[in-house]
Order: sequence, then C-alpha cells, then structure tokens
Amino acid sequence: MTNPLRDMEEPDVIFCIGTNMTECHPVAATRIKKAHRKGAIMIVADPRKIPLTKRADMHLQLKVGTDVALLLGMAHVIAREGLVDEAFMQDRTLDGAAFLEHVKAYPPEWAESICEVPAADIERAALAYGRGSKGAIFYTLGITEHICGVDNVQSLCNLALMTGHIGREGTGINPMRGQNNIQGAGDAGGLPNNYVGFQPVDDPVNQARFSKLYGREIDLERGITKVRALDYAADGKMKAMLICGENTLVSDPDRRHCEKALRNLDHLVVVDLFLTETAELADVVLPASGWGETDGVFTNTERRIQRVRAAVPAQGEAKPEWWIMSQLAKRQGVSGFDYESAKDVFNELCETSPIYKGVNWERAGEGTYQWPVPSEGHPGTFRLHEDAFPTETGKGTFKRVEYREPAEVVDDDYPVWLTTGRRLQHYHTRSMTGRAGMDYFVPEETLEVHPADAGMWGLVDGARVRMASRRGAVELAVEVTDRSPRGTVFCSFGFGDTRINDLTGAGYDPITETAELKVCPVRLDVVAPE
Amino acid sequence: MNDPNSELASDLASDSPTALPTMDLDGQSVSFTPGETIYEVSQRHQSNIPTLCYDDRLEPFGGCRLCVVEVEGYRSPVASCTTVAMAGMQVRTATKSIEKHRKTLIELLTSENPDAEIDPLSGAASQELVTLKKRYGATGERFVGKTSGTARPDDTNPFIARDYDQCISCYRCVRVCEEQEGDYAISVMNRGFSTQITTEFGNKLDDSDCTFCGQCVQTCPTGALADRKALRAKDLPEPIEATRSVCPYCGVGCSVDLLSKGDKLVGIRPARDGGANEGALCVKGQFAFDFVQHDDRLKYPMVREDGKLRRASWDEALDRAADGLAKAASEHGRHSIYAIASGRAPHESTYTLQKLIRASYGTNYIDNCSRA
Repeated sequence: MTNPLRDMEEPDVIFCIGTNMTECHPVAATRIKKAHRKGAIMIVADPRKIPLTKRADMHLQLKVGTDVALLLGMAHVIAREGLVDEAFMQDRTLDGAAFLEHVKAYPPEWAESICEVPAADIERAALAYGRGSKGAIFYTLGITEHICGVDNVQSLCNLALMTGHIGREGTGINPMRGQNNIQGAGDAGGLPNNYVGFQPVDDPVNQARFSKLYGREIDLERGITKVRALDYAADGKMKAMLICGENTLVSDPDRRHCEKALRNLDHLVVVDLFLTETAELADVVLPASGWGETDGVFTNTERRIQRVRAAVPAQGEAKPEWWIMSQLAKRQGVSGFDYESAKDVFNELCETSPIYKGVNWERAGEGTYQWPVPSEGHPGTFRLHEDAFPTETGKGTFKRVEYREPAEVVDDDYPVWLTTGRRLQHYHTRSMTGRAGMDYFVPEETLEVHPADAGMWGLVDGARVRMASRRGAVELAVEVTDRSPRGTVFCSFGFGDTRINDLTGAGYDPITETAELKVCPVRLDVVAPE
Repeated sequence: MNDPNSELASDLASDSPTALPTMDLDGQSVSFTPGETIYEVSQRHQSNIPTLCYDDRLEPFGGCRLCVVEVEGYRSPVASCTTVAMAGMQVRTATKSIEKHRKTLIELLTSENPDAEIDPLSGAASQELVTLKKRYGATGERFVGKTSGTARPDDTNPFIARDYDQCISCYRCVRVCEEQEGDYAISVMNRGFSTQITTEFGNKLDDSDCTFCGQCVQTCPTGALADRKALRAKDLPEPIEATRSVCPYCGVGCSVDLLSKGDKLVGIRPARDGGANEGALCVKGQFAFDFVQHDDRLKYPMVREDGKLRRASWDEALDRAADGLAKAASEHGRHSIYAIASGRAPHESTYTLQKLIRASYGTNYIDNCSRA
C-alpha cells in the first residue's frame, strides 16, 4: 500500500476494484466503511455482488477479466472532462501528453462493449473519482491474478497519476496483501530477482557485496519464478525442491500439472505445520514450530514491521524454520549460520537491507516502524511517494495500456466463466481454518450460480454439478444466488476435496508469471442424484 | 489597547506559542485541547471516574450516568463523557453526593444482575461491572424487584454466548457493531425493563448480519456477551497469561494478545493499541486459533522409506534433506534445485532459506508463494 491503513478513513472517493475486502481483509474494510459513513462516495468494481456492493454508491459489475477496458473508459472521461491535475502531471509524471492522446480512442461506449458496464455508469464513476479531492484506490488479487495483471495495475496507476490522487493523506494505490507475511517474504529476499530489501541480483554492486558476505562466487543471473520452476520439474530439468510452508498442490493453478511436477522430482523436502497434500509427496518432512510458538517478525500490507511472540511451547519436536535452515547450511559446510535466536537472524537481515537499516529486533517490538527506515533514528515512512517516486527521474511514468482478452475465452464447449476467491471464514487451503472450527460456517465448497442460469440447467440449491475446464473437472453442490451474474459462477479454492485448481491455470501474466486464477471458462453438467 | 505586534512577539517568545486552555480538576489546574470532554481530560490525569457505557473508540453516549461530575455554576451534575471541557471550568469528580449517586446506580444494576463471578476469559472488558460492584460495596440487597434482559440459551453457536440476564443496556455492543464495524447486525428493542439487545426478527446470530468478529464480546462490561471458545478453558487451574503478537491470517497485521493457561493457548484478544487494527478483529483472528495445538500438527520429522513416510530423528531427516539437495546440485548443477519461501512464516524463515540457497548452492532459484 502506498498509504497507511489509518488513511483509509480519510478519502472522499473510495474506488475498490477486484477486492472483496469485507471477506478477505475485514478489519481494513471497517475503515473504509467509516469513511463511507462520514460521506465518502464508494465505487465498487467487481463481477460479483460482493458484500461491499450492498453499501456502495455505485457497483460497476464488469465481466471477468475486462478491468483494462473499464479503466481506459474511465481515463477517457477524466481526460475529456478536464479533470486531470495538470500541475501534478507537469511536476511529477512523464509521458502524460501521449497518455492523454492514447485514451481519446477509448470512450465509455467502447468500454461498455467489452466490460458490459453501462457507459453512463462508467461516466459517473470517472466523474466521481476525477472530481474527488482525495481519491483512494484499493485492489487485491482480482486485479493481479490475470494474464494482464501488470496492465491492470498500470491502468490504476494511470488514473492516480492523471488526477494526482497519490502521495497525500487519504489517497494512493493500495494493494491489500493477502497473507500475514507475504510482504515480509519479499522483504527478506525470497525472490528470484532480488536480494534482501529488494536489491536487484543483477546489479554488480550488490553482487560484489553479497559475494563477499557469503564468501563465495554467486549467481550473476536472475533466478526463475516458481511457475517456471514447476514447469522445469514437470519436464525433468528440476531435480530437487525445498518447500517451506506452502501447500503448492492445492493453492497453485492446474493441479494435475503441479502434481506431475512434484512427483517428477528426485528429492522433495517440505517444511510445514501439517502433513498437507504437498507434504504427502515429500521425501523428507520437517516439522516447523508455528504461530503462537515462534518468535519472529511479520510485515503487514502497510509495510509495518511488527514482532510475533511465542506464547506456548512448540508441538512435539517441531523447530523454528531459521534453526532448520541453519542445520541444513551447516551440513552443506557453509558458515554464517551460527544463529542462537530469531533476534540474531533479524538483526542480520536489518544490517543487510537498506529499507530495514534503521530497525532492529528491539525497535521491531514497538510495532510502529513502516519501511523504508533507511537509517537509525529515522521514524519510518508512513506514506510513500509524497515528494517523488522511486525511479531514476523521481517521476511516475504513464503506460499506454491496451486491452487483451483472457488466455481462454468462453465458447460453445466451455460457455461459463468461472472466477475464484476466498470466503470470510476460511483462509486459503483451510490447513488452519479447517482445524479451527470455521467449518461451522462453511462446511463444504459450493458453486454460486445465478438463478436464471440455474433454471436453464434445472438446478436447485444443493444440486450437484460436474464443472469441467480444458484441464480438469470437479463435482460440487450448487448455491443458487444472484451474487454472481448470469454466465459467471464462483467458488473458493479452500477445500482440498473440491479441487478447483484442477481447472484453473490457462495462462500467466508475462511479466510476473502470476496465474490467471480469476478467469477460467468451464462447462456445467448436472450430476444425476444416486 | 493591546498591540498585536507585542502579543505576537510574546507568543513567539513563550515556550507554548498557542498556550492550551486550562481548567480546574479537583483543585488541580490542568490544560486541555479544545474539543476534549471532561472525561477525556480526567483520563489523562489518572482521575478515577467510573463508567460502564464508555469505549474510547465510540461516540460518547452518556447512558450509564456513572461518570457524572459537579461543575461550579451548573445547577445539576453533568455526564463528563458528553460534556466538553471549557476554559476556567471548576470540576469536582468525586464529591460525597456524586459518590452516593454512583453507589445508588451500582446498587440498582446489582439488584437485577445475578451475583455471579464473571470469568475473565469472557472478554476484554468483562470485569468492569464486577470491579465497580466491589469498589462501591454493592450487595444487591438494597433494591429488589424487576429485572431486564432475557438470555438466549437457544443461540448455541460455539463462539458468542448471549446471556442477556447480565445485560445492563449500556448499548456498547450495538454501538461497536454500528460505529466500529458498520455491520448493524444487532439493535435495541423496547425500553425500560423490557429493553432487549436483539438481531432483526430476534434471529440467532447465525441468521443475522453478524460476522462473528467478536467486537461486541470484547467491549461488553458485564460478561453478558462472552467468548465461548475461550471459556472452554475456564476450569484450567493456571493463571491467564497474555502475550502480544500479530494475527496469522491476512496481510492487515492486526495486533492481538494470545491468552494462554500453562502450555495451552486458550483465546485471542484484539490489542487496543495495535497500530494496524486499533482494537478491531475479524472472525478468523478472533476465533480461528485451534489449529495451533491441533492433533494433526506434525510433531516429529519424517522420511520416506519404501514409498511411505516414517518417523525419523532430526539428525537422520536433516542428513537426508541436505544429502538430496547436495546430490542434485553435484549431479545436475546448481540450477536443478529450487526453494519456495512461505508468506505465512516470519522473516527469519525466508531470510535463512534464501541465504541457504544463495550462500550454499550459489543460485537465485528461490521464490515465495505470492504468485498463486
């Protein structure tokens, strides 16, 4: 997030797109509800009638995968109506003139023909966001899990740059991170292209530093993404994997491919709290001490660095992961892993990360620092991009984005759009919530089908259907509801016995290699009751 | 006549150029920020004004009348939580007659609430009434008669107990649901002794707009609303300990206190001073913690033998793990091994994993789970 969570109570125009915030980030959602109560206009763009749409002033019910078209249409209106912040564009951005020229070709009527949101509604939403004094954009995986995820994000950046809704209180472009420490996993260097603190691995200065630090010759090239690595494993090129706390088999797209890849490995080591579906395929399973048992640090969606603390002893012989990794390193004969505590590890991380430089174990315990904290005594960075963008010129660059169709589109064989997501009471593959009483609310997966569509198949609540894509099929019960629009069905991927990710995974964003989990053409066939 | 120039000059010269107004609080001169209520000012000065309907995240309500104070020149006592402080005010927070008034109110509340001990596991604010009963020596014998509020034992959801026999109609639950959560799942029905907190149509919480975030439980000052999950541990003999941590679910990073008794994790409480959540929490953060000590947890290392996983010692398992990685690297090159870091584990997990991959094997073949 560019802006702190506290800022979510301040905008006068809230634009939520591809974020089912009340279910996926409920506590953050309480803040935009407060802003709305104070009078802010709330615009929600989502293919489904998610709970936020009940209170929103406008619901732009776009067709799945058409965000770019909607956002181009909005940019067109903002430009046409003269709602651009010319001073901001002049001082803080590049390529603005070309962008304004580019969007002339995309009036709302054009957008409507693709995203199916009435042109008048696109107009209204654009005017509201453009006229607002503090417009804030919130998004989640509904924006990124597409083959055009990067285009979607850049389209949102364009809107913020043309209106100057960034770098101030109550504005910004705010992705809500989905996992408790997914921000931290990137911060700590769990990336193929960056060392700790997002220092590029292909920068010679960094290479020299880390080569010296590790006392060895290092890889001069970027690594590959997990998606590519699984492809290589399926092809037999990848031989061994060490997977830490991820139920890859259930959470990743195209389960059949994923299973083939993992089974193809000569050696699979899984570190986890549970014997997940992925761990069951492993050669070695190492039990990690979990949340509530382990001291450590998490960084949240607003870059806030906070400590987690052990309250109860670890289960059985389970050990903290830093201990496990250190033991593996020692067996490899590598020095530099003589840690005695999580504190030792974290302090080393801070010393080697430019954005954590001013933090240490004690300061992290205060829970008040938001990175970057470039030096000791620095208070941290509450809000990003207040004076400049972190680019060479310090300016934000407009990108001339074009609409592209999803990797797969509906046809006569697969005429229904499937989109996936989470439910309030469950989390991811349910390895935690399924063992914490949350099945009380949602005991099994169901498929949301619009009443009119249900009528065509003769489906009623609880009826079972076989849902198939070009990659696989699952059988599950139907919930007849108008939460999903006609021609689009929805379910979550939380239940291992309803393997939704057997179906997904037609394509990937070319830059991030994030899978198109939000769009998948399927067909439905009624399963005759036994 | 005052010269604005010299006024400005003296303002700039003084330590506090815009000196805050002051008032007299129990004989002490205290400063305040314009807009603060008498109660807020008194809180900053450790004044011990009792209240039962106050939650600093909510709009002042003035319902319980316990926080009344005397203000010089005012005909009758005023509720300090709804009265804005003014310069020169002379406030007395605990005169004999005020304290007598408070004792009477507490006696009235005690008269219609069973004389029960409320287990502290019930909720964060659950001891407020019990504490005031003790402070004012209320026995419940002075007034006898009608009672208000009817418990809902039929609402058997495993999370929130609704024992409205203990309800004192402070409306904190209703107000937190409305003002803090924006959910409007519960409301107040009727008045006087017939007052009842209810969902629409008197439904159970399951059949209402309730999201089970538990905020009503945590603000209830009497234990009428109680955390059923935490209360499962009420008979454990050990004292309750609270450990500050951060919720393990989404990326909002809500601060929580983990409640434990001995080695057992028994409950979760939202932290009022948490930077990300400021006291808020959702159903997962509040209630979904049983996984930590679930029987399914892995308790020892395992290695595959004859196609099956069997228990192993740490040494054996670590040797096997390291050997397999080393073998792949030596036979097929460093780019034949790959690591996936967790977005759930703390920084120290990913940091050591990526260092292992980079320093031991000399590759950048690592990623985390953010692409799916």
